[in-house]
Amino acid sequence: MTRADRIAALHRAAKERILVLDGAWGVMIQRSELSEADFRGERFIDHVGQMKGNNDILCLTRPDVIAGLHDQYFAAGADISETNTFSATVIAQDDYHLDEQAVWDINLEGAKLARAAADRWTEKQPSKPRFAAGSIGPLNKMLSMSSDVNDPGARLVTFDQVYDAYRHQVKALNEGGVDLYLIETITDTLNCKAAIKAIKDLEDEGMEALPIWISGTITDRSGRTLSGQTAEAFWNSVRHARPFAVGFNCALGADLMRPFIAELSRVADTLVAAYPNAGLPNAMGQYDEQPHETAHFLEEWARSGLVNIVGGCCGTTPDHIRHTAEAVAKLPTREIPERAVAMRLAGLEPFELVA
Amino acid sequence: MRPTFINVGERTNVTGSAKFRKLIVAGDYAAALDVARQQVEAGAAIIDVNMDEGLLDGAAAMRTFLNLIAAEPDIARVPVMIDSSKWEVIEAGLKCVQGKPIVNSISMKAGEAEFREQAVKCLRYGAAVVVMAFDEVGQADTAARKIEICTRAYNILVNEVGFPPEDIIFDPNIFAVATGIEEHDNYAVDFIEAARVIKATLPYARVSGGVSNVSFSFRGNEPVRRAIHSVFLYHAIQAGMDMGIVNAGDLPVYDTLDPVLREAVEDVILNRPQRTNVSNTERLVDLAPNYKGDKGAARVVDLKWRDQPVGKRIEHALVNGITDYIDADTEEARLSFDRPLHVIEGPLMDGMNVVGDLFGSGKMFLPQVVKSARVMKQAVAWLEPYMEAEKAGKPREQAGRILMATVKGDVHDIGKNIVGVVLQCNNYEVIDLGVMVPADRILDAAVEHKVDIVGLSGLITPSLDEMVFVASEMERRGFDIPLLIGGATTSRTHTAVKIEPAYHRGSTTYVIDASRAVGVVLGLLSKDERARNEALTRDEYVRIREQYARSQDTKARTSITDARANRWRAEADAPLPGAPSFIGIRTFDAWDLSDLADHIDWTPFFASWELIGRYPLILEDEFVGEAARDLFADAKAMLKRIIDERWFTARGVVGFWPARAEGDDIVVFTDEGRSDELARFHTLRQQIKKSNGKPNLALSDFVAETGQDYIGAFAVTAGHGELEIAKRFRDAGDDYSAILATALADRLAEAFAEALHRKVRTELWGYAADEALDVDALIAEQYQGIRPAPGYPAQPDHTEKATLFRILNAEQNAGMALTESYAMTPPASVSGLYFGHPGSHYFGVGKIDRDQVEDYARRKGWDVAMAERWLAPILNYQPERRARSDAA
Repeated sequence: MTRADRIAALHRAAKERILVLDGAWGVMIQRSELSEADFRGERFIDHVGQMKGNNDILCLTRPDVIAGLHDQYFAAGADISETNTFSATVIAQDDYHLDEQAVWDINLEGAKLARAAADRWTEKQPSKPRFAAGSIGPLNKMLSMSSDVNDPGARLVTFDQVYDAYRHQVKALNEGGVDLYLIETITDTLNCKAAIKAIKDLEDEGMEALPIWISGTITDRSGRTLSGQTAEAFWNSVRHARPFAVGFNCALGADLMRPFIAELSRVADTLVAAYPNAGLPNAMGQYDEQPHETAHFLEEWARSGLVNIVGGCCGTTPDHIRHTAEAVAKLPTREIPERAVAMRLAGLEPFELVA
Repeated sequence: MRPTFINVGERTNVTGSAKFRKLIVAGDYAAALDVARQQVEAGAAIIDVNMDEGLLDGAAAMRTFLNLIAAEPDIARVPVMIDSSKWEVIEAGLKCVQGKPIVNSISMKAGEAEFREQAVKCLRYGAAVVVMAFDEVGQADTAARKIEICTRAYNILVNEVGFPPEDIIFDPNIFAVATGIEEHDNYAVDFIEAARVIKATLPYARVSGGVSNVSFSFRGNEPVRRAIHSVFLYHAIQAGMDMGIVNAGDLPVYDTLDPVLREAVEDVILNRPQRTNVSNTERLVDLAPNYKGDKGAARVVDLKWRDQPVGKRIEHALVNGITDYIDADTEEARLSFDRPLHVIEGPLMDGMNVVGDLFGSGKMFLPQVVKSARVMKQAVAWLEPYMEAEKAGKPREQAGRILMATVKGDVHDIGKNIVGVVLQCNNYEVIDLGVMVPADRILDAAVEHKVDIVGLSGLITPSLDEMVFVASEMERRGFDIPLLIGGATTSRTHTAVKIEPAYHRGSTTYVIDASRAVGVVLGLLSKDERARNEALTRDEYVRIREQYARSQDTKARTSITDARANRWRAEADAPLPGAPSFIGIRTFDAWDLSDLADHIDWTPFFASWELIGRYPLILEDEFVGEAARDLFADAKAMLKRIIDERWFTARGVVGFWPARAEGDDIVVFTDEGRSDELARFHTLRQQIKKSNGKPNLALSDFVAETGQDYIGAFAVTAGHGELEIAKRFRDAGDDYSAILATALADRLAEAFAEALHRKVRTELWGYAADEALDVDALIAEQYQGIRPAPGYPAQPDHTEKATLFRILNAEQNAGMALTESYAMTPPASVSGLYFGHPGSHYFGVGKIDRDQVEDYARRKGWDVAMAERWLAPILNYQPERRARSDAA
């Protein structure tokens, strides 16, 4: 199948049923009990500083582990698995002193690993094609938030730097063969907008266009992103990307995320996706929500017609995904609402100029 | 229902708020943030941020301020409008906003390429845009231009760039009204009308504007400005204006305005017919001071200016139009000068120059200038006896003698009359020859009266050409006195490019407005200064000509050969309209007037009375409805008398002939064999560069080159009897009825053309025998075939009417004639050609190039100069100067 065929298959599948994304990577990598030497491999054997904890580097140093995780999630019933490139930008990887070439290679190899795993499963089960989503995570540096309590105007990065970093990542992911982009765990919409512009500009310059999935993060019960936007304001701010899907992930468990997904589901005239955490972490920082519990919440969302794509974030495992996939398998996918044409702007809150 | 209107806060705009500008320039961003916060608290739904100030690094200030706002949730909750005339500032802003902002603004000012590029960027950053009605030619002022530019921009954005139409906001330019300049009077109406059309024809697009511009001439009188804003918005919002940059907390409610003030403001905004003998502007100017003070408290007259030296006092009196002290001040000045004349040349002229400068920069307007002139006149009157005494009883010498005339073919003289008054006030003798004055009469009178200066005025475009002719005649007859050019249609560019080069011996000077006239005349008649002033003007005009020449290079046209290759072609299987029921002509000696009355399109009738609105809705209009209803009742009553008493006779003639297109000509034959040529109509072809496969049209495209095709022609009038009736009313002192009768004759002629066209389609030519359209559909021209008239956009050459009249023998058959400039008499007349092809449609030829003009001249049997003269308004180039004698 060419990539165009796969994208067509993705659109077709999304029309027919609720799609399932994979679950957490962090928890699974932790369970692999890898050592500093595993993280360094041969390539970074003399690299300064600690490398353990830089999960993305494993695309280069332990590709077998990453390929194995893709396999586990596809085996659990996921339609889409994400590349292990959540922090693979020159800005985020600066913490590990990685240079541009290393960051490029993480994205390229990460994409190839996900691509190969998806292709293996598609071949095995042609009736259920699998897809590789290029993970584009937030940065540790934000464009809308001050870095200095005494100077609210201070920023550690410029828009152009963020744009360049994402542009670099997007290009490598595309070259590595992902089927779609997943801009995820968005804490600052302006960072996300830089990523969107990077993708669109590259496409204007001739790079093959891929579907974009945009997933924000509502940080607490206030219903706002970390940078202060409400669900609808967030949607208004990113709609110009004409995304394949929009949704939320992380920070909240399914129970607390529901009202915001419901809100997004009302306003977004595209697919809605949600992949909450396995509840909230306990005092030890671990997630206690059991696979059938997570699946139960998500099943209710599906029954209520709120979602088109579900999956798991922090604390979820292949078991969570298996339960979830089974729970939503027979349920109809959300119908995309038709909204009246109107000018819809946003600050932190939405603004709509009604006809 | 009152539509939703969005206030865009203007207080965080350095060009709109002096306070905010000071804070930003001083770097006091904390206080600047408070301004933004107050604005949001006061209900601004969007805040406009503008940092366009010469002293600032606009991009840096924009970045700093927007980053600071991002940290203030109570401000950042609303969307931002990033406002700058500089794209780099806009882009700096776009990089600081996480929400979805509005960009204010982009336009086609620098061409389509840049416009597209910026639009794509807005799309990529995720922003809505304000598009200014501005194109390569300039900022749109009339409703038609506003609509044209916005429509073009909309099509580019939506169809080519893929911009969501709901994210487009048009700013069709709000300009100041009540400036005292007549051509500004309709600016508010133009905006409102453009808003209406944009909302009706460009789906989902929005309309916005900077409201405070409209009241610019009342700076310093905030209560009146607010009233003007309130009234303007009331009407603009009804027409569909969606948002505006306006100080939201500051607007009085329309309904609570003082009714006297509201009516005066409304008359100005809606450019209604004036109610009394003073213009709407003057009336509002007279009223305005009453509302200046807060709460109507009596104003204490401030007499501090009386403490100043006498020169300053005279200046103050002139600027403020105060006559109370002028005699005493003039006397004081007289005693301090050697000669009384020096008072005029000194403090009085100095003061008038200040007035001129204030007027020129839009800080005073005409009624005030006329008041200044009154002060001046009174001062001169005081000095007169002393000047006479000085000359021992000799009549006082005038400062100079100026001949003024509105040129041949033009009847507009308000501006000229004002200039005359102002000059007379300044001790000049004015010889006013009136309107429609031919060149030889102007120049004969100039010789006879030994005038020092000739001043020409005109309002309509053909007058421009006539002025060039007068200038060349002055050259030919050996004049060397200065020539002044003024009037609404004139411009510095036209004067520099066309008129001044025709007159070498003397100087030519464009006078922008009445208040400038005195300064210009003084400078040209001063023995010491004249040479210097003339040289300055000459140098300036050389520069303007060079600029103009440069700007000419950029207007890309396609060659006439390529344009012809890209002609419109009927679809191969489209049927020709077929043979008419007769060949030759048929006359109508007295078409039934009551049938015509049923065909009247009333909307233009109301417009001719300056009641703007679509019939029949205008009858229910909240503001003009009552006036419209009264007028309509009178019109109906008179129409009944016109019909019953046969005041007018509707005569017309129609003809059909076999025809064939030959290149851009249409050849008309007497016989079906198409061998006996009766006449040849010459048409003009569009030369604008076309894209997306659109053809370069000429009317000849609508006639087949081979096969059995036909053309029709008509000339109709409802004007027989019109002049007599109007005179009868006027002699009886009833101007209202006289004008009403004239206006109705015009409408009946138009209705005649429409009714005859229907008869042609269904019966005489008969290509649409089963057509069934009601009157509204007829007015909307929803039928097959067109009836274009020479002199209109599809064929701008008026002289083609001669051919039309000849083959119709319109003089014999309808009692109609053509004047030397091809105007039809009686005035209430319509003529044109009939095209029956289903694909035929109206269009505008636009500007054409030299290759076509030369070709057209050959076809017409003219020399090129003649062609250039008749086609002057549509030339895309500057023709070589030739004496008009070859052309006329």
